[in-house]
Amino acid sequence: MKIQIQLNGKKIQEETAPGTLLLDFVRKHGCASVKRGCETSNCGLCTVILNGKPVLSCSVLAARADGGTVETLEGLQEEAAELGAFIADQGAEQCGFCNPGYLLNAIALFRENPDPTDQEILEYLAGNLCRCSGYEGQLRGLRNFLEQKHGRAAEEGGAG
Amino acid sequence: MKVVNQPLRKKDAMALVTGKPVFLEDQIPAGTLAVKLLRSPHANALVEKIHTEKAKLVPGVEAIYTWEDVPKQRFTMAGQTYPEPSPYDRLILDRHVRYVGDPVAIVAAETAEAAEKALKLIRVEYQVLPALLDFRQAKDNELLVHPEEDWKALCPVGADNKRNLCASGGSGKGDVDQVLAGCDVTVEGTYHTLAAQQAMMETFRTYCSIDTYGRLNVVSSTQIVFHVRRILSNALGIPKTRIRVTKARIGGGFGAKQSVVAEVFPAFVTWMTKKPSCLIFTRKESQTASSPRHEMEVKVRIGAGADGRIRAIDVRTLSNTGAYGEHGPTTVGLSGTKSISLYRNLEAHRFTYDVVYTNVMSAGAYRGYGATQGIFAVETAVNELAAKLHMDPARLREINMVRQGDVMTSYDSAQRTDSCALDRCFARVKEMIGWEEKYPARDMGNGKIRSVGLAMGMQGSGISGVDVGSATLKLNDDGGYMLSIGSADMGTGCDTILAQIAAEVLDCSLDQISVSAADTDTSPYDSGSYASSTTYVTGKAVEKAGRKLRELILEVGAGALELPAGELEFDGRRVYAPADESREISLEDIAVRSMCGNNQALEITVSNSSEISPPPFMAGAVEIELDRETGEVKVLDYAAVVDCGTPINPHLARVQVEGGLVQAIGMTLFENIQYSPEGRLRNNSLMQYKIPTRLDMGKLRVEFQSSYEPTGPFGAKSIGEIVINTPAPALVHAIANATGCWFHSLPVTSEKIAMAVLEGKTGVIGD
Repeated sequence: MKIQIQLNGKKIQEETAPGTLLLDFVRKHGCASVKRGCETSNCGLCTVILNGKPVLSCSVLAARADGGTVETLEGLQEEAAELGAFIADQGAEQCGFCNPGYLLNAIALFRENPDPTDQEILEYLAGNLCRCSGYEGQLRGLRNFLEQKHGRAAEEGGAG
Repeated sequence: MKVVNQPLRKKDAMALVTGKPVFLEDQIPAGTLAVKLLRSPHANALVEKIHTEKAKLVPGVEAIYTWEDVPKQRFTMAGQTYPEPSPYDRLILDRHVRYVGDPVAIVAAETAEAAEKALKLIRVEYQVLPALLDFRQAKDNELLVHPEEDWKALCPVGADNKRNLCASGGSGKGDVDQVLAGCDVTVEGTYHTLAAQQAMMETFRTYCSIDTYGRLNVVSSTQIVFHVRRILSNALGIPKTRIRVTKARIGGGFGAKQSVVAEVFPAFVTWMTKKPSCLIFTRKESQTASSPRHEMEVKVRIGAGADGRIRAIDVRTLSNTGAYGEHGPTTVGLSGTKSISLYRNLEAHRFTYDVVYTNVMSAGAYRGYGATQGIFAVETAVNELAAKLHMDPARLREINMVRQGDVMTSYDSAQRTDSCALDRCFARVKEMIGWEEKYPARDMGNGKIRSVGLAMGMQGSGISGVDVGSATLKLNDDGGYMLSIGSADMGTGCDTILAQIAAEVLDCSLDQISVSAADTDTSPYDSGSYASSTTYVTGKAVEKAGRKLRELILEVGAGALELPAGELEFDGRRVYAPADESREISLEDIAVRSMCGNNQALEITVSNSSEISPPPFMAGAVEIELDRETGEVKVLDYAAVVDCGTPINPHLARVQVEGGLVQAIGMTLFENIQYSPEGRLRNNSLMQYKIPTRLDMGKLRVEFQSSYEPTGPFGAKSIGEIVINTPAPALVHAIANATGCWFHSLPVTSEKIAMAVLEGKTGVIGD
């Protein structure tokens, strides 16, 4: 079947097998930041933003995105670098394999809710697993990013 | 110090946070064969016949291999220094399959879809054999997991395949039974831990191709490039010089990738077809056919005087290595040495063990490597001993814990600890958690109880007298340096940490050090990144290499300035004569000079090994809120204080601690391993195997109390593994303080707690 997707601002029109997952579709089109960490929609590594909402691309058919827009970290490099620098300053990126998924989800969160509480962050990102960091450093980084963005002083134990 | 002990950003951080295509799967060229494995549905069976004709007709299928096609010499997949203590008990494919998931056939096809389709068309006739699934019944059972005659153990580890023994042995001092008999109070318990999964986010994966010279090139997500080369040489029966192994960017390891889990299959395909191939494990394969923690049952007997002086500890460990022996003989040792040695001045101690084969997935190396299991058992027993003595368990530790200058209790080589701040760690962790106010528990009046628990832990820093770390440092023509290492950064940040050490020695900034790792063709030899070795062992090699390179720079500078090197100094930017500072030459000029008419290489390789393995120490204390109705345990606050010597990068050290704590919280409270009666692992996905989310841990508070290890680089010891050892005993302690129930079997699920409370149980709760 022929589908048309606006991927990171670029229109792609393509004959695609009906069973193609959105995950495989975007990886095929150069979006290697989108990772596969499980087959059961538990890990959140394959998160993409479909029509403005974060979805798990392992559980969405490419056909479902037909006529829609898809964003991945490849199309949000500036935002990723700005936010990611705060994670890097905690040493919380670690192996890095889960980073694109949860950073993209964090970007989606901040679009919906520009000044979330810690609890709101934890709940929004609960589906993004990380095995290296223990999550604390990620939260410190996100918190410091928000404090700076809103012109407040970073909390203690922040970027050094 | 300008660079060491600074919380600097990792050199690769920005590539990772912006999602750059740096991982193995991101770099597979088009035209690579997809490799898939057909796996046994039986826990113990012989392949009678295998029909691949139909499968071979699937368009795109390149090759299908069965046990008849592979070399017949046995090897081990354990990434260890030769001669490996793990027995040679594997074939690439074996006619005898020994657990549900053991590979039966290899399929290589142009696409993953074609390979999957072919898998479904292979028909196998099995002779199904009875399976040995209970590790307590394994030793001397008439059912043998490895009846084959060509099984062999290279080292004297007490192995005997005709008794299902992968290893057995013991050590000790004094008459434990006699001392225990004379103790005022004794505690005896049996503690059980499961084959928890590392569950790194990136599953196992390997890409292979043949290079211009006809050599097998292997790119793998591995912690151990040099061991992979040897193991592939053993498995394929080809010389090591015909194999090159490099590592990709690694998406997490935790020891899982210290075994050769995926590599042999695509390596065999590529060697046979001479075509590039790649195998990427599914999560299900990673959960069911990999290299998890050794399940252990640890029996502890411990005795003390009424004054709280611990007089004797007896530890007996039964370890389940599963179908194959990877890391079986070595993990078990740490369950005794790293637990008993937390305590000083024992009149007697004994450690005995059996490691047995069974028909479940093979175990491997997982952060903590046996110490985690042993420390859970001994630390819980010590907490129970305190309860029996009616003594504050913190006080009991203060009386008995190992101190700086002590000869460590159960170390073979009578090693003394010259860097031990465990007492300071312990004192600080008590303050952080508010031990005096909160111990043991408070009833919140709403069905919930808040309680606290604590534990201590230790680990090693590399394998003494075995591990080798090396570093090559060379000066580039712009005055920057190239650091080549054979260790593997699996997210820990060791590339950056080692560069920090080099920068400190060479008086330059971190940016001036470029890092290259790890490649068996070009890196200096390194055992690999495991056993908490990289900072301590390879880090010292980097420090030594840096000092030697300084000397070489001085020599070339001396030649240029026509002054004796002894009259010159190097300050990182220039070589100069302190007596007359106008006599100077810049580092850039020295570098350029070294590339014209020069006979002195500005490059140095240094190898380092250590006769000792200085332990890092840690104290951990937890506050939980336990719901008596549902059994839910909420971790409110985990306070951890670590002595890793000098933290080379305090931020990276801190995140190591936080990550290890959360892995251990998962292992203690909900990461379950359940087999069906036929030996099929039920927890085969991240849906069934629950690792912690960010809602499952409370506040983690990490501090350091640093000792100074004289043999380490800038006083450093290790950090990677120690961090996983305190949560299990501390949480079980807190749960006991809330419920009166001592749970001896992990995980302590809400269900277990709720049922125990409902049934009004107190005391020891076993399996």
